[in-house]
Amino acid sequence: MAHEHKLSIFRGRLTFKDNIQKIWGVLILLSIITAIEVALGIKKPEIFASPWLSPFEGGFFAMLGNILLGMFIFMKPLNLIFIVLTIVKAYYITWDFMHMRDEVMGLRRAVVWTGVFLICYLVFILLTEGDYIFEVYKDGFQTWDF
Amino acid sequence: MDATVNHTANDGPTWGGGNQPLKASYGKLMMWFFILSDALTFSGFIAAYGFSRFKFIDSWPIADEVFTHVPFFHGNYPMYYVAFMTFVLIMSSVTMVLAVDAGHKMKQNRVIWYMFFTIIGGIIFVSSQGWEWATFIKGEYGALETKGGKILQLVDVEGNRIALSDIATPLPTERAQHERKNGIWFTDEGTRSTYTAAEAVAGVLANEEVLIRTIYLNEDGEKTVLSREETVAKLQDVTGTVEGANLIHNEYGVPLFGDFFFFITGFHGFHVLTGILINIIIFFNVIVGTYERRGHYEMVEKVGLYWHFVDLVWVFVFTFFYLV
Repeated sequence: MAHEHKLSIFRGRLTFKDNIQKIWGVLILLSIITAIEVALGIKKPEIFASPWLSPFEGGFFAMLGNILLGMFIFMKPLNLIFIVLTIVKAYYITWDFMHMRDEVMGLRRAVVWTGVFLICYLVFILLTEGDYIFEVYKDGFQTWDF
Repeated sequence: MDATVNHTANDGPTWGGGNQPLKASYGKLMMWFFILSDALTFSGFIAAYGFSRFKFIDSWPIADEVFTHVPFFHGNYPMYYVAFMTFVLIMSSVTMVLAVDAGHKMKQNRVIWYMFFTIIGGIIFVSSQGWEWATFIKGEYGALETKGGKILQLVDVEGNRIALSDIATPLPTERAQHERKNGIWFTDEGTRSTYTAAEAVAGVLANEEVLIRTIYLNEDGEKTVLSREETVAKLQDVTGTVEGANLIHNEYGVPLFGDFFFFITGFHGFHVLTGILINIIIFFNVIVGTYERRGHYEMVEKVGLYWHFVDLVWVFVFTFFYLV
């Protein structure tokens, strides 16, 4: 059984001497990311509390802009940061702990792309529907709070 | 680069598993199949959580205010304990991958020790989760509930939470717990809360400085606190009290929050539990030398994949339950 490991992370900018050193390096990276998440979660800085952009008004291109830049218009930057950091952590767990980095590209894509496309669709459809029901509760009832 | 196939001649039979485009063993491929399908199951649960949260986006409980406890310490420590749990799980992932590495080098003793530490980490994590559940179920302050199932929490003028037990005025009451031995034998009622709605309402009326905090978020993302007049008016709607959490009521706010907490962390905890059991089986196999005789430690690698997957799911649960 071949067991060569690819020892570079950050697109080759950081190369470890052996596999064990790489494992500890990735642990340090994951710990730093978790520490940042926890610090932000406790502190909740003001600048990340409200979206950086407000929705564009009027016309087809405004709508297109709202869809394309939706993450910056409708999401709190803090939540966006948490989700991006989570995906970064997931990447390193899969690539280095689960050895995806050492597998052939076909296996990587078979697993990762399948998951990513299905999950994106599922999240899109469920969050859209949830928001629709929220609007119905808000505007479609005499009172909802009794 | 790996995908570039520079020899088209068949090295083996075309059908019947002769080609190995993914260059992974049967066992590892099947483990990846399982992990992918399990990942989709978890995504379904977490997306459903997102659905319900978007449905009640203006009244969802704030996680920092719910999970504020650390064992053996009193006071308000949001997130620290769950951060510790996350670290324990990542650490046990590290010892697992070290065990895989030692397995590749056929170092039996090191595999044994690393597997042992992995199992200990898993046990610490599951026990912590059990403690977290117990704390969540027990609750801390208690709350009032309206006819529409909305939760009203009590605060003082500075916004500090007030417990029901601090203010409720005991009233003489005839009400007794209905048990199976009384009346119709096959019916009983669930646990009754310590205070009746009337006692809690009397307590709020008697204490001028007590205000009601609703479940609705204001523009600053904080829960709305009513004025004293609004508080007194709101008491009309109170029909009961809630202490702690179950699947139907919880003192933290929207009942679905409790349901998803139990379901998703429970399902994840069950995965950790089975992971520990499988790890223990492999651990003993390593000790008796099964893989030494087999000539390779691929079994450790496969159980390692599962164990890392459990860690991976926790990373997402941590984000969507405790941070976002």
